[in-house]
Amino acid sequence: MALMSACLMTLVPVSTAVAGGFEMEPANNDISNQASLQRGAKYYMNYCLGCHSLEHVRYQRLSDDLGIPEDQFLEMLAFTGDDLGDMVKIGMPADQAEDWFGGVAPPDLTLVARSRGTDWIYNFLRSFYVDGETLTGTNNKVLENTAMPHVLWSLQGLQKATYEEDADGNEVFAGFETVREGRLSPREYDRVARDITNFLDYVGEPIRFERQRMGVWVLAFIGVFIFFAWLLKREYWRDIK
Amino acid sequence: MQDNNQNPAASGGTALGDWIEARFPYRQFLRNQLTEYYAPRNFNFWYFFGSLALLVLVIQIVTGIFLTMSYKPSADHAFASVEYIMRDVEWGWLIRYMHSTGASLFFAVVYLHMFRGLMYGSYKKPRELLWIFGMLIYVVLMAEAFMGYLLPWGQMSYWGAQVIISLFGAVPGIGEPLATWIRGDYLISDITLNRFYALHVVALPLVLIGLVLFHLIALRTSGSNNPDGIEIKEDKDENGVPKDGIPFHPYYTLKDLVAVGIFMAVFFFIVFYMPTFFGLFLKPANFEMADHLQTPEHVPPVWYFTPFYAVLRAIPDTFGGVLAMTLSIVILFFLPWIDRNPIKSWRYRSFLYKLLLLTFAGAFIVLGYVGIQPASTTIDQIGWRMTQLYFLFFVVSWIYSYPRSNRYYYTAFAIVAGVILMFDLWRGPDAFAWAMSIVPLGLTAIFLLLPTVTRLDESKPVPERLTS
Repeated sequence: MALMSACLMTLVPVSTAVAGGFEMEPANNDISNQASLQRGAKYYMNYCLGCHSLEHVRYQRLSDDLGIPEDQFLEMLAFTGDDLGDMVKIGMPADQAEDWFGGVAPPDLTLVARSRGTDWIYNFLRSFYVDGETLTGTNNKVLENTAMPHVLWSLQGLQKATYEEDADGNEVFAGFETVREGRLSPREYDRVARDITNFLDYVGEPIRFERQRMGVWVLAFIGVFIFFAWLLKREYWRDIK
Repeated sequence: MQDNNQNPAASGGTALGDWIEARFPYRQFLRNQLTEYYAPRNFNFWYFFGSLALLVLVIQIVTGIFLTMSYKPSADHAFASVEYIMRDVEWGWLIRYMHSTGASLFFAVVYLHMFRGLMYGSYKKPRELLWIFGMLIYVVLMAEAFMGYLLPWGQMSYWGAQVIISLFGAVPGIGEPLATWIRGDYLISDITLNRFYALHVVALPLVLIGLVLFHLIALRTSGSNNPDGIEIKEDKDENGVPKDGIPFHPYYTLKDLVAVGIFMAVFFFIVFYMPTFFGLFLKPANFEMADHLQTPEHVPPVWYFTPFYAVLRAIPDTFGGVLAMTLSIVILFFLPWIDRNPIKSWRYRSFLYKLLLLTFAGAFIVLGYVGIQPASTTIDQIGWRMTQLYFLFFVVSWIYSYPRSNRYYYTAFAIVAGVILMFDLWRGPDAFAWAMSIVPLGLTAIFLLLPTVTRLDESKPVPERLTS
């Protein structure tokens, strides 16, 4: 009963996951951009796949859809599989990972774009900031107190969060300030974040691009069907009245 | 053979056809059901949704059969098997999206079909059983959809089922054992998933098909109602054919074919371009696998249940809420005996009755919106007021059954307003609630006091023959 009333009476809207004063920027990724998907796959395999599996995805499908030849794909991207028919798994055992990351194993990311949305991923990747209070030394504005370290710090550099007081005297987030330069400029880093987001968006539903192309033909066929069905109906209904 | 010689349609076909007809009277069946079944000639837009509901039922059964070939009803494998269907099974994504879109459009079509019944009085004598079979179909459909929603084993599947089944726990005395009995476990588990699977793919579809058959038999017996609410059978020509009737086939089969095309366009536009339908048909949280240790912050039911969910939530007491929700569905069964006004179609009923029906439809839609929102003081208050309007429809429909005296209206108003205020007091009113009470009280005054000073409650004369 307690559970039920908790479910019935919750007052917390879903968006509270994002702290006050922080506003998400749109990801503006494009799954039809194959070069971006290829780059995204490269970054994912190099920076993310250590911890985050894509357990519903086969290497073969990635190789086909991203237009990367099989031999190249096996050699340069399929780090956790010997065979293109393998699923994109990780080597890290989940129960040990739970201990290492303070109780939460790094989640599988096959469907993160569908459950959280692309804007969430894009902003998450851009919003790590220095925080001495946490185990990893960084925190995240999109997912406060995440157990995930800032894996891409060498690319982005490090930034700190700045705050200001609003009219009521509350401390609100004002923006990020670079503490240490990374290898990439902010614009280049945003592109990396967008490519990874794009890749995960594709991975969430590999058929999407194809189905949107197919839909035009299906609807065109139905349009023709409606036209002839209507002609036939009109012909018969001449008798009535 | 001999007994069929009188009718030219019975013979005159091929020899094989005659041979079969003598043993299995398919021609006679087609005549009875289609070519010599006379339907009113004035069906409008609203009359498409019955045959469309049948179409969606077929889509659901066919796509469902293909889904069962690859789906695994197990807590460990269900979620992954759905993703397997979406990725590795040939055309699996199309079959799955057709099934998920079909579920939502089934309800859309059924709601429109039911509203058609309300507008044109299709539940009234002699179609009471037709209406009741339809209501039974609706209730079984809700159970079917609810159980199907657990199968993908996502977070919303799991917690939605948890919330709804725990409602049975509110029944006094036997509540908790009852909920445990339904789940087969102390919480939603692999056991629950397996039994829901059995019910979803075998038991309830069988019941559904049987009820659809009953619904159609009842329909063919009393004949279709029409937008004028006039019985065409009462005015026949010398051949015994209703003067305002036309053969169902080819006229309505062809007209329905156009509707099928338009419906298909909408259906496949959703399937190919917006299968999640803004998170209403497939919820984002359901792309996370069920986790019994992690309750989502907000667990709204799927959109087609939200009006009743809003009624449940409008009452602060859980058991009271369950009762109100149950009543809001059960009361529809009794509509033929609540609204006894002899005029069927709203076309010829009073202005106030039209307003009443539109208020009811509006309240239902607002309840649907309220039920999907996270609870808050404002949302709950709106849900409460719309719940009152929902039930007000049945009370006023009952009163509008016959012409009433001014004294009757005054007394009725006093009683209804009193009941509304009593429930408001019981619910614990604040300033906002007092302000909002103007909504049900104002409408009650319009429905029950205006007839005493205006003629807005007067019906129009019903014509002898169909108008258009």
